[in-house]
Amino acid sequence: MNITLIYWLIPSLIMFCCGVYGFITRKNMIAMLISLELMLNAVDINFVLFNRYLFPGQMEGMFFTLFAIAIAAAETALAIAIIINIFRSIKTVDVQGIDKMKF
Amino acid sequence: MDYSQFLAMKQEIGLLIVFLLVFLYDTFMPRSADKQLPVFASVLMVIFTAVSCFCPCLAGSESAFAGMYETSAVIAAIKNILNIGVVIVLIQSVKWANSEEMAPRRGEFYELLLVTLFGMYLMISARHFLLFVIGLESASLPLAAMVALDKNRYESSEAAIKYILTAVFSSAVFMMGLSFVYALSGSLYFQNIYLALTGQHSTMLVLALAFVISGVGFKLSLVPFHLWTADVYQGAPTSVTSYLSVISKGAAAFAFLVILCQAFGAVYANIWEWMLYALIILTITVGNLFAIRQRNMKRFLAFSSVSQAGYIMLGVIAFNAMGLAALMYYILVYIFSNLAAFGVIGAIENATGKVSMDDYRGLSKTNPRLSLCMMLAMFSLAGIPPFAGFFSKFFIFTGAINQGSVTIYVLVLIALINTIISLYYYLLVVKAMYIAEEAPVVETFKSSCGERIGLWITIAGIIGLGIVSCIYNFLLDTTATSAINAYFL
Repeated sequence: MNITLIYWLIPSLIMFCCGVYGFITRKNMIAMLISLELMLNAVDINFVLFNRYLFPGQMEGMFFTLFAIAIAAAETALAIAIIINIFRSIKTVDVQGIDKMKF
Repeated sequence: MDYSQFLAMKQEIGLLIVFLLVFLYDTFMPRSADKQLPVFASVLMVIFTAVSCFCPCLAGSESAFAGMYETSAVIAAIKNILNIGVVIVLIQSVKWANSEEMAPRRGEFYELLLVTLFGMYLMISARHFLLFVIGLESASLPLAAMVALDKNRYESSEAAIKYILTAVFSSAVFMMGLSFVYALSGSLYFQNIYLALTGQHSTMLVLALAFVISGVGFKLSLVPFHLWTADVYQGAPTSVTSYLSVISKGAAAFAFLVILCQAFGAVYANIWEWMLYALIILTITVGNLFAIRQRNMKRFLAFSSVSQAGYIMLGVIAFNAMGLAALMYYILVYIFSNLAAFGVIGAIENATGKVSMDDYRGLSKTNPRLSLCMMLAMFSLAGIPPFAGFFSKFFIFTGAINQGSVTIYVLVLIALINTIISLYYYLLVVKAMYIAEEAPVVETFKSSCGERIGLWITIAGIIGLGIVSCIYNFLLDTTATSAINAYFL
């Protein structure tokens, strides 16, 4: 049996949409970060798939994915450092707590 | 691999040398020499800027790494504009960096700032999306750390988390768009994308461009993606805010122009022209309307910078060499005017801790020179004739009109009407300083040497840039002859 590109794209699409949904609805900042990771991973999957199925002769998409993974790791580390800093001052990681500056 | 191609990255190498010297100074000099670090960094940056402005070796166009990196006279000029802004920010922030609470992380401010500048250089020079994304991320991640620099103040962390979460979200959306572009064109080189997309039109392409534009639009704080701006500007330390509002925004505008023209120039008329059209109208109008009701000066300037971003995008939608020259000139003038305003705000905040517009009442009686600077900055931002802001708006409108279609005329008309609205809120500040009858809130104080030098430079720029017409002529000549135009026509 031959699995075509479209069947691989569906999980990546679902991941991306779950990420967006989670980012918008979650109240916990760590959960929001996890949602962001989902979105970034969906992007990685997309790149690898397009490379593997549409342009098998080259490696551009794969390399992009490698760099995107490294960037995602850096982003998470920095965001967690900032969240820890917030937790130290207001003892919560709930987004409803961080509303000191508003319109 | 031919390592000599690294030599094509002359400005990057120069910046790297500045960074390493600052880093070594911070790490190895004795504690007693620590106080001189801000002056040391500023002097290094001034030398670097002077060399890169006047060195003739930067005039040629070169490319490296199989065409992933490219530089030319226009790109060198763009980087010099950013350098000039960074110099002013560094000079203005000397006093803040030397304050007691900054002592443990004085070095970090300079190192992070130079790293973000390096990322912006890459963003502007990249001709391949991999290098572009690396530049984008190395420009935006250290900025989040800079926003959080005031570790003991809670607002700083709140601003930083808002910044980093929206930044990562938008870069995820941006990269999703890139994956679609990759699927459609089979390459991440701007040039190959341009060739592959010529004549194409599909829903997937529209979606891809919408994702890409929203990703970069976040950095520029165009309107549907602007919600982080006011909070981050308010919470960040004032020096970081001024850096964020001029340098980061300017670099994003140039990068936006480069990717839209060089990678997606082929689908200008049928896809991204109308997208930008809608974004510009929204950005200018919403930015103006929200600016009217702000009382905090930093939030006020945040919304003013949102609407300025709309004017900046007029240079992109013009899609011709004159639009590019006008964009560069606009950003140069914007750097001077906005930094003058932030210089005054920073001086007052450092001396008294006050940032509300109500505290500026009667400022002209106690601090006449500072209020004069503020007034000139406001006039320039609003675009009142003798000052540079008028000329930059004039050129950017002309550049857009030269594009020729009737819809652009309507767009420029809307922008003009918005200029009048913006005059109202810029003059609110002037009114508070000069006309309000109440007793002055801020006592008379003497601003520090760095702040004064920074303000002198910015005021000289505001008055001089408009009158010294050779600056604009130089930009126009450079853009007219440069390689960046290869994809315009």
